[in-house]
Amino acid sequence: MKILVPVKRVVDYNVKIRAKADGSGVDLNNVKMSMNPFDEIAVEEALKLKEAGKAEEVIVVSIGPDKAQETLRTGLAMGADRAILVQAEGTIEPLDVAKILKGVVEAEGPDLVILGKQAIDDDANQTGQMLAALLGWGQGTFAFKVEMADGTVDVTREVDGGLQTVKLNLPAIITTDLRLNQPRYASLPNIMKAKKKPLDVKTPGDFGVEVKNRLTVLETTEPAARKAGIKVTSVAELVDKLKNEAGAI
Amino acid sequence: MATLLLAEHDNEKLNDATLRAANAAIQLGAEVHVLVAGQGCAAAGEAAAKIAGIAKVIVADDAAFANQLAEPIADLIVSMADGYDAFVAPATSNGKNTMPRVAALLDVMQLSDVTEVISADTFVRPIYAGNAFQKVQTSDVKKVLTVRTTTFEAVALDGSASVEAHGASVGNSVSSFVGAEIAGGDRVDLASAKIVISGGRALGSKDKFNELLEPLADKLGAALGASRAAVDAGFAPNDWQVGQTGKVVAPDLYIAIGISGAIQHLAGMKDSTIIVAINTDEDAPIFSIADYGLVADLFEAVPELTASI
Ligand SMILES: Cc1cc2nc3c(=O)[nH]c(=O)nc-3n(C[C@H](O)[C@H](O)[C@H](O)COP(=O)(O)OP(=O)(O)OC[C@H]3O[C@@H](n4cnc5c(N)ncnc54)[C@H](O)[C@@H]3O)c2cc1C
Ligand SMILES: Nc1ncnc2c1ncn2[C@@H]1O[C@H](COP(=O)(O)O)[C@@H](O)[C@H]1O
Repeated sequence: MKILVPVKRVVDYNVKIRAKADGSGVDLNNVKMSMNPFDEIAVEEALKLKEAGKAEEVIVVSIGPDKAQETLRTGLAMGADRAILVQAEGTIEPLDVAKILKGVVEAEGPDLVILGKQAIDDDANQTGQMLAALLGWGQGTFAFKVEMADGTVDVTREVDGGLQTVKLNLPAIITTDLRLNQPRYASLPNIMKAKKKPLDVKTPGDFGVEVKNRLTVLETTEPAARKAGIKVTSVAELVDKLKNEAGAI
Repeated sequence: MATLLLAEHDNEKLNDATLRAANAAIQLGAEVHVLVAGQGCAAAGEAAAKIAGIAKVIVADDAAFANQLAEPIADLIVSMADGYDAFVAPATSNGKNTMPRVAALLDVMQLSDVTEVISADTFVRPIYAGNAFQKVQTSDVKKVLTVRTTTFEAVALDGSASVEAHGASVGNSVSSFVGAEIAGGDRVDLASAKIVISGGRALGSKDKFNELLEPLADKLGAALGASRAAVDAGFAPNDWQVGQTGKVVAPDLYIAIGISGAIQHLAGMKDSTIIVAINTDEDAPIFSIADYGLVADLFEAVPELTASI
């Protein structure tokens, strides 16, 4: 079986972004970009399934600008077999991403699509669920553990209160949570090898999708900064402040 | 038309998140109907009827909804969609799981984690771990939103809406429930606690985490939370993770113990009223947002704090 892993190029998780002073957006000039961390976990899970003999091929796909090829090469260097770039500039909302991915799924016929639970730029947490809906497939979101069986997959999910396990008929959608695995680093030889792996370039139109955003961003602002606090020098002083100054305890 | 609010419940009681999401739903300006889908959920339906400011409760009682799986609940909501132009749920793990499915089936973009309702089509929501907020206007005729519960007050429970049964059932041939490990216990609920005590990697072990933080939490009637590092290391359960990709909390008092203050952690707690940080590193970023910072070894400071409260 094939596994498809959508990977998004996002601002690196270590970067603290700033909103532009005029409210028009966030400043992404000269900011370090990386693969969305949840997508690294998704690639890792797909590779583990391949290594365990449960899958034959792992395909990474990204929807974004030309530069997203770097993100795809990272996936290839981790061990994915081939890559697809669906070229699109600017913001592509999760609904359009899901529609394009549906087209990729129909063209490639994977039994499993593993996505990240959330892109750390838009913090939307939608695309996997939307893709599952558009395909009419079952979804195992926020995966903590994935166990393949014959024609089904059991997904243990991180939910409020603890864990929940669902059984999904294949084909199915999984979205990753942080505890699913520890993604590998690409070794230098694998980074070299990845340069030769196939990378197809497509357009949304190739999958019959016309990108049309539904949301208009009217303003982007930074939250008010907290006022600077103080350092206390002892536990006794802390307790005193909490009781008598803050009235918090 | 009307707004449909998806209630979160255990068949008996509603949770606090639903009451907060109700506030956002009411702010949309249309009549609000509350959907209580479950199995044997009549009691939860009665509880929902008390939500102040709503017009009607619809109870869908069926085996298909027993475990709140996204596939049948989304199909149920979509089957009712003609009568509604907005669909609202709290941004809990259930809401996040189900609502995007509803949105895609209705061919609309969901607005995730809404922190403010400006008008029926314009909302504020956080991006980049809450380091920026976007005011967005949707052009979709039907709106689907999940609501960040910390920014909306819970509405009162002094209403008396009518309750009606929804007869239709939906099938589910793609997924089934296998099991759940849900922690019971009498520990205060993290999402709605007035005081939260969170521990980080510095606690070193699950035993130390519990030994140091539980007595303090017991004394203060507080909920326990954790950083991702503490959860990853197995000191605390997954759903205690506070942050961008965990729970968002805004208690009256948040005490961060042995937590550095990475942006992903701050995203989940920086709206707390009073923040206290205990850390050995005086340059730890957590101090930049703490009202009261104590540079100290937690293994000494925490027992002393517990003893002196
Ligand atoms: C995609 C993604 C999502 C993430 N989501 C989240 C999230 O939702 N929530 C979250 O918390 N993190 C999240 N993180 C992780 C985050 O980036 C940090 O790695 C994490 O918050 C660090 O946890 P920590 O502060 O416990 O550990 P550390 O950063 O290691 O900090 C430990 C602190 O303890 C202090 N210390 C050490 N010894 C003592 C002592 N004896 N007494 C007192 N202090 C001591 C140290 O000075 C240090 O400041 C995410 C990361 C990624 C990539
Ligand atoms: N432009 C994109 N290209 C590829 N995958 C994407 C893209 N946007 C979102 N995804 C996938 O969908 C997941 C959830 O994203 P989101 O719904 O935007 O939070 C990500 O972790 C990716 O796996």
